[in-house]
Amino acid sequence: MRADRNERAPLPLTIAAAAGLLFLHLPILLIFVYAFTTEDKSYAWPPPGFTTKWFAVTWNRPDVWEALTLSVKVASISTAVALVLGTLCAAAVSRTKFFGRETISLLVILPIALPGIITGIALRSAFSLAEIPFSTWTIVLGHATFCVVVVYNNAVARFRRTSASLIEASMDLGADGFQTFRYVILPNIGTALLAGGMLAFALSFDEVIVTTFTAGQQATLPIWMLEELVRPRQRPVTNVVAMVVVIVTFLPILAAFYLTRDGDQIAGAGK
Amino acid sequence: MSANPAILPRRGGVAGALSDAFWRHPGLLLFLMLTPPVLWLGIIYLGSLFALLAQSFFSIDEFSGLVQYEFTLKTYGELLRAQNLDVIVRTVVMAAIVTLAAAAVAFPIAYFAARYAKGKWKAFFYLAVMLPLWSSYLVKVYAWKLILAKEGILNWLLAKLHLTWLLEAWLSLPIVGGNSLSFSYTGTFLVFLYVWLPFMILPLQAALERVPGNLVEASSDLGAAPATTFRHVIFPLALPGLVAGSIFTFSLTLGDYIIPQIVGTSRLFIGQAVYAHQGTAGNIPLAAAFTVVPIVVMGFYLWGAKRLGAFDAM
Repeated sequence: MRADRNERAPLPLTIAAAAGLLFLHLPILLIFVYAFTTEDKSYAWPPPGFTTKWFAVTWNRPDVWEALTLSVKVASISTAVALVLGTLCAAAVSRTKFFGRETISLLVILPIALPGIITGIALRSAFSLAEIPFSTWTIVLGHATFCVVVVYNNAVARFRRTSASLIEASMDLGADGFQTFRYVILPNIGTALLAGGMLAFALSFDEVIVTTFTAGQQATLPIWMLEELVRPRQRPVTNVVAMVVVIVTFLPILAAFYLTRDGDQIAGAGK
Repeated sequence: MSANPAILPRRGGVAGALSDAFWRHPGLLLFLMLTPPVLWLGIIYLGSLFALLAQSFFSIDEFSGLVQYEFTLKTYGELLRAQNLDVIVRTVVMAAIVTLAAAAVAFPIAYFAARYAKGKWKAFFYLAVMLPLWSSYLVKVYAWKLILAKEGILNWLLAKLHLTWLLEAWLSLPIVGGNSLSFSYTGTFLVFLYVWLPFMILPLQAALERVPGNLVEASSDLGAAPATTFRHVIFPLALPGLVAGSIFTFSLTLGDYIIPQIVGTSRLFIGQAVYAHQGTAGNIPLAAAFTVVPIVVMGFYLWGAKRLGAFDAM
């Protein structure tokens, strides 16, 4: 909504909006304070003192490193799979009209529209029916499935804005299909794919609900955190890990925002 | 002046031949592009989903604890038992309350961002909603565990403000109360509200952006008080966005099993019931029947939302 004049917002509205934003951000900021607290037995506030020693303790924890490595590995593979599948699907849906087009878009969105627990338990019972043992690959299978939609949303939006005449012009000028893809299509959708890939990575890196069903004995970083949440063993280490996770997920989101800023599509609208 | 031939000779090489083939038969290219994603989603996702739903028509033998692979509606009948019905009602009521509260908290933010934020502030508001939306779910839940803890910041703040009596009065209430905030429905509600709030703000803001400013001005020119303008102009136009947002808050609350496990009473929500039945109990048919509940509820919800035009606002 755009008013022609420069209006001032009414005071109650400003206060309500500011309070809402504070509600959204204060809890996350609190994580940063707790990462430095000297208290290690409870969640006492205010912190009795500040220290950076928990960073060193966390750094020397092999279980944290293992969980982190597994998370990065799973997120990278899932993102790669999602990039290929999402782009193919987006290209097909946006370039041509065919029978069942709506069904395809629904199929892509479904894994994220239905509650994660349904995806999780469905995969788990399918794995046990097919007697597939749990491994890194079963986690990837689940993650890639719901990451496709993020890449797809970003790519579809960009394809919609890319004029089809560019492709025709390239063909008219004698480029074959692959050259057109390499020199015309890819540069046009590149940043959208990068943004979609980063969001897919962030989504996979953070996923816990589906993962609890498909992980078996392995722990990704969110699974590790969940165990600490249910049965706290070393609170200070959890505090530090939580803070690092916040920082690590913020960076791709900021990057994705700047990459798609001039676009018509909100980068994360499909989460 | 020599004209180029209108029809070029065929390209040589495998790549050239392929490229020509795709150009001549666009259907072939389409088919090749669609096959990998459709196979992946169709086999892995839909396949397991149908396998799960099929199992809800089996039942479990009460004595041996083994699954009987015969078609029956017995498992669905079990959903209607008082204890299971309780779980469903509890979850749906919680989802409804969370959705209403999220709408109330989200509206001022979305309205301010849509109507009054310009330029830099617009980007600021967008990021201010995006960052909490995308930051780690578990970290957000963890942050609330810190806040709601007995020795945590909320109790400290209330003590400083001499309002501890208010909290105690609230906690002594039936249903919403409990031993402490982290072990009460109030706590569960707060965490749900916090975690899903951004999902309400984004579509609501998108809908409000599309309300023409001159409609609001015309309404006030015609003598409507701000409340009347809100009631008769802004709210009806923002409704599709509100419904779109409520799809997220409602669906996400229905399926969540981690938040009520970490913050809340020991009474189960649908997600926890599913988890418990498929895990230690090994009662996959009942777990599968439980997952049908959110699917059916969301089916009706989406059907109603579509009639209100909510999908254009997503």
